[in-house]
Amino acid sequence: MEKNINKLLESLSPNERKILPHLDEKNIGEICKKSNLDRVSVTRSLEYLKDKGVLEIMTRKLKLISIGVNGALYIKKGLPERRLLNLLNEKRILKLSEAAKQSSLSEDEFKASLGMLKKRNLIDLKNGKIIFSGNKEEISRKSPEESFIESLPTEYDSLTEEQSETLKTLERRKDIVRVSEEKIIEIKITTLGKKIIDIGKEFRGLIEQITPEILKKESSWKGKKFRRYDVTLPVPKINGGRRHFVNQAIDYARDVWSEMGFKEMTGNYIMSSFWNFDALFQPQDHPAREMHDTFFIDKKLQNLDADKKTIENVKKSHEVGVVANGSRSTGWNYSWNEEEAKRLVLRTHTTCLSAQTLSKLARTPRGTLPQKFFAIGKCLRNETLDWSHGFEFNQTEGIVVDKNANFRHLLGYLKEFFKKMGYEKLRFRPAYFPYTEPSIEIDFWHPEKKVWLELGGAGMFRPEVVIPLLGENIPVLAWGPGFDRMIMSYYQIKDLRELYKNNLTQLRKMKFWMK
Amino acid sequence: MAIVTFSKNQFEKDFGTMDSKMENKIAMFGTPLDGVDSNELRIEVNPNRSDLLSYHGFSRALKAFIGKEKGLKEYPLNKPEKNYSVTIDSSVKDVRPYTACAIVRGLKFNDERIKELIETQEKLHITLGRKRKKAAIGIYPLEKIKLPITFEAMEPDKIKFVPLESERELSGLEILQRNPTGKEYAHLLAGKAKFPVFLDAENKVLSMPPIINSQTTGKVTEETKDVFVECSGEDSEILKKCLNIIVTSLSDMGGEIYQMNLRFGAGKKEITPNLQPQKLKISIENVNKTLGLDLKEKQLKEFLERMGHNYNAKDSSVEIPAWRTDILHEVDLIEDVAIAYGYDNFVPEIPKIATVGEKDGEEIIKKKISEILSGLGIIEVSNYHLTTKKDQVEKMGLPKDSEVLEVVGSKTEYTTLRENLSHLLLKNLAENVDSEYPQQIFETGRVFSESSGSISENEMLAGSLSSGNFTRIKQIIEYLFRMLNLESKVNFKETEETPAHFIEGRTADIIFNGEKIGSAGEVHPRVLSNWKIKMPAALFEIKLEEIFKALKE
Repeated sequence: MEKNINKLLESLSPNERKILPHLDEKNIGEICKKSNLDRVSVTRSLEYLKDKGVLEIMTRKLKLISIGVNGALYIKKGLPERRLLNLLNEKRILKLSEAAKQSSLSEDEFKASLGMLKKRNLIDLKNGKIIFSGNKEEISRKSPEESFIESLPTEYDSLTEEQSETLKTLERRKDIVRVSEEKIIEIKITTLGKKIIDIGKEFRGLIEQITPEILKKESSWKGKKFRRYDVTLPVPKINGGRRHFVNQAIDYARDVWSEMGFKEMTGNYIMSSFWNFDALFQPQDHPAREMHDTFFIDKKLQNLDADKKTIENVKKSHEVGVVANGSRSTGWNYSWNEEEAKRLVLRTHTTCLSAQTLSKLARTPRGTLPQKFFAIGKCLRNETLDWSHGFEFNQTEGIVVDKNANFRHLLGYLKEFFKKMGYEKLRFRPAYFPYTEPSIEIDFWHPEKKVWLELGGAGMFRPEVVIPLLGENIPVLAWGPGFDRMIMSYYQIKDLRELYKNNLTQLRKMKFWMK
Repeated sequence: MAIVTFSKNQFEKDFGTMDSKMENKIAMFGTPLDGVDSNELRIEVNPNRSDLLSYHGFSRALKAFIGKEKGLKEYPLNKPEKNYSVTIDSSVKDVRPYTACAIVRGLKFNDERIKELIETQEKLHITLGRKRKKAAIGIYPLEKIKLPITFEAMEPDKIKFVPLESERELSGLEILQRNPTGKEYAHLLAGKAKFPVFLDAENKVLSMPPIINSQTTGKVTEETKDVFVECSGEDSEILKKCLNIIVTSLSDMGGEIYQMNLRFGAGKKEITPNLQPQKLKISIENVNKTLGLDLKEKQLKEFLERMGHNYNAKDSSVEIPAWRTDILHEVDLIEDVAIAYGYDNFVPEIPKIATVGEKDGEEIIKKKISEILSGLGIIEVSNYHLTTKKDQVEKMGLPKDSEVLEVVGSKTEYTTLRENLSHLLLKNLAENVDSEYPQQIFETGRVFSESSGSISENEMLAGSLSSGNFTRIKQIIEYLFRMLNLESKVNFKETEETPAHFIEGRTADIIFNGEKIGSAGEVHPRVLSNWKIKMPAALFEIKLEEIFKALKE
């Protein structure tokens, strides 16, 4: 008990301690005066003390009658009817107009006064004259109205029947009385409170804020107690700066790929059709090359951004195929048009970066193989914008150029990457892309929806892609799954548009990518 | 990718209940289930497998896959009978040069089968036929036409027939102008002096390919038993395959295939359809090396047969069905072997090879910049690379006729490539007026610009504060360069030509290594009012190129 009381005393704030000796005042106004604190501080401190069990606070509503502005004036000067009566007591008979003038009452006051005096049978009105008919005794007696306003303020509940009647009359007149409701706070000190007040008188020397001054002198803190805080109290929220959540996820994937021995590829968003399509063995009449699916820019390259030999190789590959592993492929069997390849597009996949990388690799010594590359980047397609579609998306691209690479390795790299992204249960199924063979589609198992959902495509580049770019048929494992679905699933976002909404309230609340 | 709809009843009669096991099985065949209801299955077919677009083609392939009817399916071909011929006039050369034709007899049609046939036809038109350009198919009731047939090109005015599902006779030109299908495919004949037609022996028009058949001679009904089938188009190889897909499907329905003589001028002749399998060598070493397996020849044979091929051990050659359009090279057969082996049976493996990973230097710097700025409590935003002209030009106070870089035919209001990040940050502030202040945001990213006909791409950094002023913006930029250890290279200069969105006298050029890399300033109330931003804002944007260079040195 003793220990608890001390603990409680240590936790009192300066304001709480200030009002502690004045709690028996029972009136907040008084406590304010005595403690020299404003009303808000006192009320708040009382609440805290209540929470600590020092006191109980009871509130009740009280209907109060107090004096109005005119009422206060009349207390000084007398009620208008009293003033008129005094005048009549002198003059006995007066013309109405004279009386109005000499009494110096306003028109309303004058009329009201006449009514009041007539009601009390103190005057008669005849031929425009007022005739006083009362006696001295009656004049000297206080009217109920006068008695009433002198008794103010008073509580409504304590009025007698007669007083209530008077109140009604007075209420009809302008601002003589005011009836208001007030919340009355009553403080009751508990047994614990009494002890606290008692001991508190001698309780001194708690350290509040630690200031540089206090720290300067050892004696000012040594052996002293520090005021206890209520550490459970809520505090205002703060916000921090941070990386956009999509970029946090991308940074992580970048770490994963580089840790797995992959080099990063970057490149332009605006690509010639050559790199975006032709180099990837997409025939020039392929539906993906229509305006309907791809953003074209109304400009063409003057000269194709590839060397002559590569262009010639790609052309042949489309027209008549390539010779690989001792057999010729058939190609697409049409006449390839270089002009079509010069058309500029916004890259529809990051696979164009892989094509460019292979082409660069053709000029490095073969001894540098195997090599592994990755890219994570925005791609654009001519799509509408709704909860599941967008014209921009992130893709994660990868290639492995390795003489000994095989299909199982492809599955191995993918499985490892997706495991690190949080996808344990994967399914690989047959798919089709013009530039890979075999091709796979990667599905992940959605445990809540209980369905397989697509993550994206992968495969081994066709010889028709590899030979024109690299000069020989070396196995190239390649993949390019979309990235946004993984981000959405991690952050539990249902609407694709929310990724790039830039709603600050959302961005401030968004949890960090914790992988 | 095409979605085909098959009768659930028929499928379950042939293969058993569509449960999760079956669902996985067809997914592992490369034709995953897209959806199912009480009567229908919706199945995805990859664009390389046009032969699976009809139910009969699909079920033929699946029967082989599950081991029910393995190997190359043989279809008996009957030699052309009398008058089973098509004369191809040289006039079609400039408009629709190729055709391949067949007759199929002894069919029994009902509503469902006619529906299936039309659907297969349409799917083939869209995919393999490239919207009827490369190939289009026509099927005609033999009882309504008189053999032999002629394929020729005629002047549009002279072509007169009642198009399918209409009542009035129209000329060739009128069909392109008035008939709905005519209008849809008019571009395929636009500008041609003559339009192609198939005519019967009595000069009745069967159709005007690739647009529409005749109502009188070109409509298959439940009474139809024998049909004339033609494919025409610009790609002779594709349309022959197309014909093979159709006639084998019709044969699976119970018909007998008859060949036809195609007569070109000058005694040139050809007989179609030709169901002779394509032959390709396969090397078991290549298969095992590509797939990382150790298959024996017996297994190879089994797997090829499960994909509907025949394997001949003597010369290790594969006979490929004449309706497959996707086998360009040995690798395509290797994929077929992989599918038959089962993608889910492969054991993933990471090879033990040593390569050194490396992140892109510029990406690392961008990440560092982001970390420095977030340390100041600034939040990174990420905006689209496409924007609107209104946001980029009008709201920024630039003249309305300012040039922008547009993309062609965007399906959304975002039609313009962004040329700066500044306007997007102001857009972000404008869209967050209900969010807590102060607001501090930044973005790094790609912008696009055009000069003298060529487009360049640049990495930019922009930041905005609201409320904020010039001093605070300058503090932030200086802090950033200090942290990047580039403080000595940067300074601020009074700007000579204030950008439209800044206040004159409160805008600075940011100079790096003596060159202007961007500007910083307080946003003009006029521009704030365009964006309906009610708090003061300050802004900066810089090009990162020189900074990348300096840091890489």
